[in-house]
Amino acid sequence: MNQELYQYTLRLADTALILSHRLCEYTSCGPFLEEDLASMNTGLDLIGQAEAFLKYAAEMSGNTNEDKLAFQRNEEDYKNFHIVEYPNTDFGYLVTRQFYMDVFNYFNYSQLVNSKDVTIAAIAGKAIKEVTYHLKRSSEWIVRLGDGTAESKERIQACLNDLWMYVDEFFETDEIHENLQRQGIAADLDVIRKQWHQKVEEVLQEATLTKPEGAKYSLVYGKDGGHTEYMGFILCEMQYLNNRYPEAIW
Amino acid sequence: MDNQGDLWEVFIQPKPGRPFKHAGSLHAYDKSMAMEAARDLYTRRGEGTGLWLVKAEDIVASQPEDAESFFDPADDKVYRHPTFYKMPEGAKHI
Repeated sequence: MNQELYQYTLRLADTALILSHRLCEYTSCGPFLEEDLASMNTGLDLIGQAEAFLKYAAEMSGNTNEDKLAFQRNEEDYKNFHIVEYPNTDFGYLVTRQFYMDVFNYFNYSQLVNSKDVTIAAIAGKAIKEVTYHLKRSSEWIVRLGDGTAESKERIQACLNDLWMYVDEFFETDEIHENLQRQGIAADLDVIRKQWHQKVEEVLQEATLTKPEGAKYSLVYGKDGGHTEYMGFILCEMQYLNNRYPEAIW
Repeated sequence: MDNQGDLWEVFIQPKPGRPFKHAGSLHAYDKSMAMEAARDLYTRRGEGTGLWLVKAEDIVASQPEDAESFFDPADDKVYRHPTFYKMPEGAKHI
């Protein structure tokens, strides 16, 4: 098995999987019915992406399947970005977390559609349509809240500042990534970094919000299996059914 | 109006070229939010390829109390249907 490709596929899968869990967790907690459904819709798109990547990873591994990978791994075996673990503190945090991720997903998948790995390229080809819509939606919410009332502006700005410490991680590379990038499989994170900052700047300007400056601390070890303290609770809930009824089927 | 925004009526076009049909309604604060909510609420299962959103308050609707004077007079004028003519032979699709 190509261990590097396997790890890289898990990183793509797990970020989508945990974010989708957070969004689905929000079901019935939305500010109003329409938004409730829309958030969950995004979550369902993401779980579709996660499933496709996990299926690919399972094929590489040969002795597991996508459900086992999703629900039976230990905490340190998940390779997601830290930001997706951030709780649904309020709607502002949910929107900000989504916005930061959507901008990254959009530019990441824009490159991955041309990946030399045909499976990753195919998954990206389907995902890019979904994340284009996600980005449109979350950008509009940032503008709506930023350019809304004095309170909404203050609160969304606080969310943007609070989650800023999680974004450097998107562009952090390592040996696995560099090797795959050289083979034309993984995306060029330097390019994405520039595009990401430009797009975020653009939206925040329209929203009359201020782009946060360099973070004091930055978490960058998510791709190696490091997590925030939220992860244990997420897995506890996410894996409960599978632990309780291992053979449960739909 | 409540705090969920204006009421919008949603019309879906099942295929390009087909007429838009009323599908339901939703609440939203602005046009783009209405459009996206319609997409997420009413087109999740491939119901259509086009959407129209109209603010409910912008729709001019006939009033039920006018129904008698508006519509009943047509009841005894069946001759307005084009079914009293002999169709020329060979004319199809009319």
